[in-house]
Amino acid sequence: MQKHNIKLNKDHAFRGLTALLSLILLLLSIGILFKLIISSNLSFNAFGFKFLLSKDWDPVQKLFGALPFMWGTFFSATLALIFALPISIGIAIFLSELAPIWMRQPVSFIIELLAAIPSVVYGLWGLFVLVPVMQHWVEPVLAKYLGFLPLFKGYPLGVGMLTGGIIIAIMIIPTISSISREILAAVPENQKEAALAIGMTRWETIWKVMLPYGRSGIVGAILLGYGRALGETMAVTMVIGNTPSLSLSLFAPAYTIASVIANEFTEATYKLYISSLIELSLILFVITFTLNALARFLLWRMKRFEEVKV
Amino acid sequence: MKNLKYTRRKLTQKVMFFLSVVSAFIGIAMLFLILGYIIYKGGHGINLDFFTKLPTPVGVPGGGMVNALIGSTYLIGLASLLSIPVGILIGVYLSEFGRGAFASAVRFVSETLTGVPSIVMGIFAYSIVVIPMGRFSALAGAFALSLLMLPIIVKSTEELLKMVPNDLREASLALGIPRWKTILKVVLSTAKSGVITGIMLAIARVGGEAAPLLFTAFGNSFMNWRPDQPIASLPVQIYVYASSPYEDWHQKAWAAALVLMGIVLITNIIARVYARKK
Repeated sequence: MQKHNIKLNKDHAFRGLTALLSLILLLLSIGILFKLIISSNLSFNAFGFKFLLSKDWDPVQKLFGALPFMWGTFFSATLALIFALPISIGIAIFLSELAPIWMRQPVSFIIELLAAIPSVVYGLWGLFVLVPVMQHWVEPVLAKYLGFLPLFKGYPLGVGMLTGGIIIAIMIIPTISSISREILAAVPENQKEAALAIGMTRWETIWKVMLPYGRSGIVGAILLGYGRALGETMAVTMVIGNTPSLSLSLFAPAYTIASVIANEFTEATYKLYISSLIELSLILFVITFTLNALARFLLWRMKRFEEVKV
Repeated sequence: MKNLKYTRRKLTQKVMFFLSVVSAFIGIAMLFLILGYIIYKGGHGINLDFFTKLPTPVGVPGGGMVNALIGSTYLIGLASLLSIPVGILIGVYLSEFGRGAFASAVRFVSETLTGVPSIVMGIFAYSIVVIPMGRFSALAGAFALSLLMLPIIVKSTEELLKMVPNDLREASLALGIPRWKTILKVVLSTAKSGVITGIMLAIARVGGEAAPLLFTAFGNSFMNWRPDQPIASLPVQIYVYASSPYEDWHQKAWAAALVLMGIVLITNIIARVYARKK
């Protein structure tokens, strides 16, 4: 009896330990939120909600505002999504529908390796290869033929929004394409057969039946990719030009929340400066956490829906 | 007339399929373009000195990055110590005990944390380790990295433990082996290779992170073995060298990028091939 109790106690202790650690993980997310809120108190007291709308970022005058960085973050991430989305969906379709079976594994493996390359290595490549190419080849051509649009106004510097958008796009392609591929692969055979049987072409089956069927999953994949794009740091810092701006031009240098933190945090010499940077990171945390939560919810619903179906 | 419409539909299909193949080609080409260029540029800089010598000041030729190589290993080792046991135990909880709202919440938060930008984790580590300690330190860097590793390990452990057949658990329990021992000795050891794969992928993921180390581990031009002192790391060194105006440092950044990418990609490939075999 005694021995039995000890056994049970150990079981309880083990279970209690794992549950306690799980609780700590749960509290961690709340802890991060609270710590960031507390650390950005100084900046919040000084600027209030005007912080979000002010376009000043002047450490000398001790004036701080988040607007140019939020603009840069959303603009670059949206641009990246515009480049990455069609390519990612194309890759997903290729891998789940078009490629011969023997080719699928190796190709998806290669594309997924793109996600494994460290951000700073993308930055290095971007800075010394992509930037000159953009400056001497791509941007002058765009400026010549499309220069009348506000998007392509300004002097081609190489560094700037467009280059940043392209680098982020390469980095988020594997995220969006691999999830989309899984979602396309999960579309039930009978849906496809039904579409083909009523005379749809294979393309129409993909476009009008399979993609809509996996809609919520694909939206989830897009949100995950977008969240990654918003928080991308090193590569963007190295190619986007690091100048706070509200310019609509793709050639203009810009600044994102993540890159201003990476660039200026160790140089921030007084408390209000540091606090303002932490408030920026709080904004980034709240945005990316919400986006990811939404994405997970959509993907989870998709999965559940699948299970009910089967 | 009907025929024309059919031709148009056929044509759309051809064009779209062609674009789809082009997309896949772009993806593959990107990888080889980046890999190839880094091997081309970085290859020159790889020599024995690179792996054995400390960096030299600007203008002094030679020197290497042994401090950053050791530093990265040190940081990853420390981060692994912090995150692997905890991550595995949380994974065990989710797979073996976790039912109901609490477990769902933990699972959800853990997955959502994987999407939080690494630089935010760096800020968090800065405010709870660097500020109280009063200086940048290897410990703060390792703490930031461990926060990034944790959710990856939790997820892979949970998924792999769930794949262990219930028969094994029941057989072990039927022999009178207590639950905790069953989990540690039977369930975990059955899933061992998969759990190791998950850990390797987590290491490959954080091994290339520079952002969370910028203001936690900071950097160090010298060798450091103390957890309470700033320490160099390969990714931060690449960033610093690449952003400098010196040609010699750019060369070193390429070499370092080649080494870093080699390590990360090989770890990744081994983990995946190993996982597929099982």
